[in-house]
Amino acid sequence: MTMLQVKNLEIAFKTPDGIVRAVNNLSYTLEKGQTLGIVGESGAGKSQSAFAILGLLAHNAQVKGSIQFDGQEIIGQSETALNKIRANKIGIIFQDPMTSLNPYMKISDQMTEVLELHKGMSQKDALQESIRMLDAVRIPEAANRVTMYPHEFSGGMRQRVMIAMSLLCKPSLLIADEPTTALDVTVQAQIMQLLKDLQEEFHMAIILITHDLGIVAGSCDKTLVMYGGRLMEYGKTRELFNTPTHPYTKGLMSAIPRLDQHTEELTTIPGNPPNLLRLPDGCPFCERCKVAEDRCVSQLPAVEVFASDRERACHKSVEEVA
Amino acid sequence: MSVMEPILNVEDLQVEFDIIPKNAWPWTRPLKLKAVNHISFELNAGETLGIVGESGCGKSTLARAIMGMVVSQQGKIVWLGEDLRTLPAKDLRDRRKSLQMVFQDPLASLTPRSTVGDIIAEPLKTHFPKMPANERKEKVKTMMVKVGLHPDQINRYPHEFSGGQCQRIGIARALVLEPKLIICDEPVSALDVSIQAQVINLLMRLQKEMGLSLIFIAHDLSVVKHISNRVMVLYLGNVMEIASSDELYTQPRHPYTQALISAVPIPDPEVEASKEHLLIEADLPSPINPPSGCVFRTRCPKAQAQCAEQMPELRNIQGTHRVACHFAKG
Repeated sequence: MTMLQVKNLEIAFKTPDGIVRAVNNLSYTLEKGQTLGIVGESGAGKSQSAFAILGLLAHNAQVKGSIQFDGQEIIGQSETALNKIRANKIGIIFQDPMTSLNPYMKISDQMTEVLELHKGMSQKDALQESIRMLDAVRIPEAANRVTMYPHEFSGGMRQRVMIAMSLLCKPSLLIADEPTTALDVTVQAQIMQLLKDLQEEFHMAIILITHDLGIVAGSCDKTLVMYGGRLMEYGKTRELFNTPTHPYTKGLMSAIPRLDQHTEELTTIPGNPPNLLRLPDGCPFCERCKVAEDRCVSQLPAVEVFASDRERACHKSVEEVA
Repeated sequence: MSVMEPILNVEDLQVEFDIIPKNAWPWTRPLKLKAVNHISFELNAGETLGIVGESGCGKSTLARAIMGMVVSQQGKIVWLGEDLRTLPAKDLRDRRKSLQMVFQDPLASLTPRSTVGDIIAEPLKTHFPKMPANERKEKVKTMMVKVGLHPDQINRYPHEFSGGQCQRIGIARALVLEPKLIICDEPVSALDVSIQAQVINLLMRLQKEMGLSLIFIAHDLSVVKHISNRVMVLYLGNVMEIASSDELYTQPRHPYTQALISAVPIPDPEVEASKEHLLIEADLPSPINPPSGCVFRTRCPKAQAQCAEQMPELRNIQGTHRVACHFAKG
């Protein structure tokens, strides 16, 4: 069943330097209980497209298009209407667990606040529920640690607190924005395993935003590759990794060294990511693309469905790219 | 690799930091944090040694200690036959010409108010004050071309460049003195994937061209494996394992190395699905109060009573493969 439907989403920011087009014509759907990975480099628009789902964009943002969650339109909703959806139905984990927790508040206060506000619980019940949730994210001695301050936790533990907090109201969708980027690999493995376990326990759908293809490969059903604010390629993770059909996806995959393989020299993607203030008329990737031709520079490739559950935006045919 | 003398020989190096406890009296003795704990290794000419480990394991401190940027309390840093730790300041300054460093944050490590030309020329001004200005400028331009920057950009400021280009400027600054060794402290971790590959290839190319030795510090094991000949694994300031890159990844002997390698996600859904994940529990213990015996024992799946009592020695188990574990077999 479709839970989230994003259609022709456009996000632009008015800045003193001009209009920054962060997300352009992005469409995708998410089924109940599924995990969607959104991959891309910095400035690809992955975070902004997710923040739009929660109405968390900055004030200078202009949003067009439609985001339907459980049949309800999110764009253009009032703060009060959004507040009912936030936390209750959609939770979010941010990248940096230190800066996203309030350093002046005890964990208990930060967590019970959510429950008192959204569920109208009494302070006592809210505290019990918070401890139960800290237990669920495997924080040892949760009952004692709930009264501690964020700085008394390690990075991995803080991220667990963030996860516990986002799950307090049992959301049906969890947005994880680079949840492990600030963490060490061993802790990253723990957190990813935890997210998988919790997903089964709470029957959640997850949108996982990351730049790490390895994480996507390990935990996502579907993968969406973004570049310059646009969808480049979309499909079932296995198919997309086995047969990437977009030059950018292919380039990305050969640019990372792999632990299980030996490569003499990495294949690079030449050049730099595009300036979102001055996006080219054509494909945003055209300047760095190895197979680009004239029409790629002048004409924007449309997103086409070329197989069941597979989408791509490239002028070149699948065979030409392969 | 050659059979000649190693160019760098670190012996029993120890770095301690004083930590003043919370609510301490003015006369309270500060606690000792052993950031680098009796580390020994050697580096051959033209070789790349990778150093991996989690945050707080002492990788950066070790690098800075070799450079003399933090004070080490004990041990030897023998560079081309001379111990840098006992060298007079004047001589040390001279030797530094051949030891340079590339830092993690490409933008923060460049002076924002200097032009690229001035930044790259600075080491030349310091070490060769008598060099004529036009010769210096020529050298800077040649170096800019070498690292893939356009010499026309010589009068621009760091903020006008992207992260990857800033890292190229940092590399140019390190290379302009034609050093023998470059210590790279997480040089690509702040960069995007596509840019990361460019910088890695650049470093490897320059190493070949200029016959450099590299110490490459990173937390990304895939990157370290790709670039290094040998890899050293650190944990809480101690060496856990040191071996040739291929051997370390195909036959890791230390439980910590095994866990680290298993934790690295492989960008291939099929490999990920079939992979066995060795999760290690809990967090890094406090380095102020490290566990007795083997420092890894609190998180080690194979730990036994012996591990709490006795610190395992770093011993050779096969050729140059060295492991600090009581139970590692050759």
